[in-house]
Amino acid sequence: MEMIKLTIDNKTVEVQKGASILDAAKTVGINIPTLCYLHLHDLNITNKPAGCRVCVVEVKGRRNLAPACVTECTEGMVVNTHNIRVLNSRKTVLELILSDHPTDCLICSKSGNCDLQTLAQEMGIRQIRYQGEQSHYREDTSPAIIRDVDKCIMCRRCEMMCNDVQTVGVLSAVNRGFMSVVAPAFERNLDHSECTYCGQCVAVCPTGALTEVDHTNKVIRALADPSKTVIVQTAPAVRAALGEEFGLEPGTLVTGKMVSALKGLGFDYVFDTDFAADLTIMEEGTELLDRLSRFMNGDKTVKMPILTSCCPGWVNFFEHQFPDMLDIPSTARSPQQMFGSIAKTYFAEKLGIKRENMVVVSIMPCLAKKYECSREEFKVDGNPDVDFAVSTRELAHLIKQANIDFNGLPEEDFDRPLGESTGASVIFGATGGVIEAATRTAYEVFTGKKLEKVDFEQLRGMEWIRRAEVDFDGTPIKIGIAHGLGNARKLLEEIRDGKADFHAIEIMACPGGCIGGGGQPLHHGDSSILKSRTAALYREDAGKPIRKSHENPFIQKLYEEFLGKPCGHKSHHLLHTHYFDKSNPIEVD
Amino acid sequence: MAKFKIHLLVCGGTGCRASESEALFHNLKATISEKGLENEVQVITTGCFGFCEKGPIVKVMPDNTFYTQVTPADAIEIIEEHVIKGRKVQRLLYENPETKEKVVDSKKMGFYRKQLRIALRNCGFIDPENIDEYIGRDGYMALGKCLTELTPEQVIEIMKKSGLRGRGGGGFPAGLKWEITRASKADQKYVVCNADEGDPGAFMDRSILEGDPHSVIEAMAICGYCIDASKGLVYIRAEYPLAIERLKTAIKQAREYGLLGENVLGTGFSFDIELRYGAGAFVCGEETALIHSMEGLRGEPTVKPPFPSVSGYLGKPTNVNNVETFANVPVIINRGAEWFASIGTEKSRGTKVFALAGKINNVGLIEVPMGITLREVIYEIGGGIKDGKEFKAVQTGGPSGGCLTQRHLDTPIDYDNLIAAGSMMGSGGMIVMDEDDCMVSIAKFYLDFTVEESCGRCAPCRIGNKRLIEILEKICKGEGTMDDLDNLRNLSQVIKDTSLCGLGQTSPNPVLSTMENFYEEYIAHVMDKKCPSGQCKSLLQYIIDAENCVGCTACARNCPVNAIIGERKGVHVIDQAVCIKCGACMEKCKFNAVFIK
Repeated sequence: MEMIKLTIDNKTVEVQKGASILDAAKTVGINIPTLCYLHLHDLNITNKPAGCRVCVVEVKGRRNLAPACVTECTEGMVVNTHNIRVLNSRKTVLELILSDHPTDCLICSKSGNCDLQTLAQEMGIRQIRYQGEQSHYREDTSPAIIRDVDKCIMCRRCEMMCNDVQTVGVLSAVNRGFMSVVAPAFERNLDHSECTYCGQCVAVCPTGALTEVDHTNKVIRALADPSKTVIVQTAPAVRAALGEEFGLEPGTLVTGKMVSALKGLGFDYVFDTDFAADLTIMEEGTELLDRLSRFMNGDKTVKMPILTSCCPGWVNFFEHQFPDMLDIPSTARSPQQMFGSIAKTYFAEKLGIKRENMVVVSIMPCLAKKYECSREEFKVDGNPDVDFAVSTRELAHLIKQANIDFNGLPEEDFDRPLGESTGASVIFGATGGVIEAATRTAYEVFTGKKLEKVDFEQLRGMEWIRRAEVDFDGTPIKIGIAHGLGNARKLLEEIRDGKADFHAIEIMACPGGCIGGGGQPLHHGDSSILKSRTAALYREDAGKPIRKSHENPFIQKLYEEFLGKPCGHKSHHLLHTHYFDKSNPIEVD
Repeated sequence: MAKFKIHLLVCGGTGCRASESEALFHNLKATISEKGLENEVQVITTGCFGFCEKGPIVKVMPDNTFYTQVTPADAIEIIEEHVIKGRKVQRLLYENPETKEKVVDSKKMGFYRKQLRIALRNCGFIDPENIDEYIGRDGYMALGKCLTELTPEQVIEIMKKSGLRGRGGGGFPAGLKWEITRASKADQKYVVCNADEGDPGAFMDRSILEGDPHSVIEAMAICGYCIDASKGLVYIRAEYPLAIERLKTAIKQAREYGLLGENVLGTGFSFDIELRYGAGAFVCGEETALIHSMEGLRGEPTVKPPFPSVSGYLGKPTNVNNVETFANVPVIINRGAEWFASIGTEKSRGTKVFALAGKINNVGLIEVPMGITLREVIYEIGGGIKDGKEFKAVQTGGPSGGCLTQRHLDTPIDYDNLIAAGSMMGSGGMIVMDEDDCMVSIAKFYLDFTVEESCGRCAPCRIGNKRLIEILEKICKGEGTMDDLDNLRNLSQVIKDTSLCGLGQTSPNPVLSTMENFYEEYIAHVMDKKCPSGQCKSLLQYIIDAENCVGCTACARNCPVNAIIGERKGVHVIDQAVCIKCGACMEKCKFNAVFIK
């Protein structure tokens, strides 16, 4: 590899040819500030439109300043990152951006977590010399995501996520000049677009332009209502990330503290979505085995492969983009909805209360879950199975508002019966986890033999698309895994073109799976955080006494007492769903 | 083939067409057939003659009579008097404004005398819709020569030696660009002609495409041969319908003649051209933005490198040159690099086409050798300032050029001198201003354009230019402060220093150059709250002179906001707090009692 030698701020730097000034500077401890730039190293996701011009530096001999993020180092280059010309330009540009930005930081939901605010602080901006007209746009509220476009700084990170990574293609720059802004086509609202609510735009937005719909006040009100029994479920990925909101190291497992905090908040029962994840394996696994055995017995009517259906962003994606393939995904509801359904039937009966008097709250790493729980098919007489889905970030706010010293909390256990879970369900939060959990159960059911080694390393990792073969005692089962909707599209197109011979495919909309969901604490471009969260989930799995879903005693009891058998009549009614053709929602008016 | 005794060349450029040159053409034809002269006299529509101020133009060949401002009604007289009786129609001849003498031959007019037409060689001379006429003027000879006698390397060497630089504004050496694109290896390469002429007032590219489309087609094919591309694309503004039509006709004809398509001239070289239409965004003249627009993406520039020569249209090596650059190529091949290089200055060879506009007598399109002075252009070719007013400044380089003044009049015009003087060549717009122009308003006017045309990708251009114009508006309203002037200067510098593409890197030029050359006007606006040229309405006061006012009440009755108070036969007064400065009072006063202060 050819090496390049250059000087940055009087320090000699040697880097590989092709390195940017920004990267070269980092190697000698010089952090050039950036704003629009985003680089998720482990996922190979990069956004560098060179639009914010905050990272400009002086290159000797060059007429104008150079954006460090996209300027390649050349031999003998002499760079200055903070002389008066650079500082003045950087501050002036920042003032310009602020001059077209609402300064309502004190009441902005992004306050304290906003890259623009942090930068303004670090740069010591104390006045905005260039005041003038500010751009104003209509606020766009959807079931999951709010677009406060006045706060858009045209960093184009969301556009990159929506188009390049997710291939959803809803967000892109529209209008010209001062009126330029990122918006859906024809500046329609998100709920009139093909948005999947995956929330990856929110996950990377540096300002308050894209945020989640906040349900914390609704939760507080429900908790204060004496006529309501309020139940909470927590998704697997939450426990691996919540601690970050309280200053803990990424990857710190806070399961026990989280349960403790939820009890402190006043929830009547603190349950675990993991329980429902085990239930999902029972249903989805049974469906898989049924399709698989019919397929292997030569039944031509059977569709292969079966695709997982736990991820609501993914469900929205195929309803919009692949309406011709609605019969391929499993009909099993997601764990969130299975939980809600069981809670408002089985558990409500146990408590002897009406479903109207029960409120089910879910804590999710996800924003699409907000939309999912509002779907009509998951309501009974207008009463939703899950009333509110709040994000990991919202839960942190609830805890802070309740004056709870999170880090000082004791560890507590989930309540029973809907709080008991296995290691298989915990790994639902990471890409590959659902299919690994399904494999653990399906293997034993299919072969009738006990699985010696429950860890399927070949199904794990961060690679976008993974293909693996698992030996079911002589029968090779072909498994596909994709995370990120753009990769899901690739696999789906392979299936559509008849080029794929998978038996089962797991798809997660978000990079890394739920641990990288749109409702998680913001990673601010540090992809090692996602890796730490993943590792935490596998750690939790490894420490669990039971690691196969079908061995969960409370699941067994649920079938005995209430459901009958997996994919039976009752579970079909309560735990399965159907999909809708949502293609072409855009009509040009 | 009929041999005609007389040819009547009627300008078919967009400007002359707007003054009914098409009707004139039809009337000439009709009169000719009425008189039974179809075999003697031919009428041809040509491209632009350049002298748009005096259009529509009719040129009679072979005696070289140049008629100006001809109306459709003049057709009969031209045929009856000139064609039949051999008497020139005196009233349609150009009159030398100084000597008042009638001038018959265009070469003797001040407007043409100092011009040297290379890129425009065929404009106003041939029928652009007839490939034979182009071929009759050595057309496609250069292509033939390249394909049969020269290697691509040799052609590139000629281009490099000629010193031809990009005429679109950047001034990058064309031969070098071709060489770099040739060196990029790929299965497919593209030649792109940038016909997205966006500078307000500039129309040389349109004129070339309307008047001599084959020269561009020929040059693109030569370029394709040099860089090893089989495909050419012309990115042209959809607002140029006539140019599009003529280009389409020309491409069709070239294909029919085997000059485009498979196996050109039987040499095995294949090259064809397609059109791509632009929606009129100024920034799409920037080559990366142009390419994105052609790809169906948002028309916005991206960072270079990679340069289009390495990764351009659809990620393939792409050579982008503008229309005027291409129009020079066939002549260079035919007449040699040395000939071309002998014209112009050391670093700027050849000629440049300028669109003369503004407060100048001879508005139009001119082509002059590089190195000519602004004084020669403005006073000799341009015929001086309109209405005998005082010259104040000239804006070169379009909206992002700079204003040059009296002290720059004797500067030889070339790429480097213009930049050194704080302006630029741009695509060749040249707008002349006189003593009545307010330089703060002028800067505001140009910024208004760049604010509209910014693509919005980078923050300094998107927001900075908006803030610049807001400060200028404040100053023009008399609300500016000395701090605003400091901010204006700093902001301009930062926008130039930090913007992503050429648009933002040059958009503050009008501000900086007017501040540099006319700082006292800024001071007058800010400190004295006065606009020395009387252009900034907010800084004007309409005053009634008590001596002249007879109390006729005409002003008061016509004031739309009732700002004028006064008794009949008594002196009237304007309430400045109410006055909206519409000027109605001044217009209605028969006693010259209303004046502006």
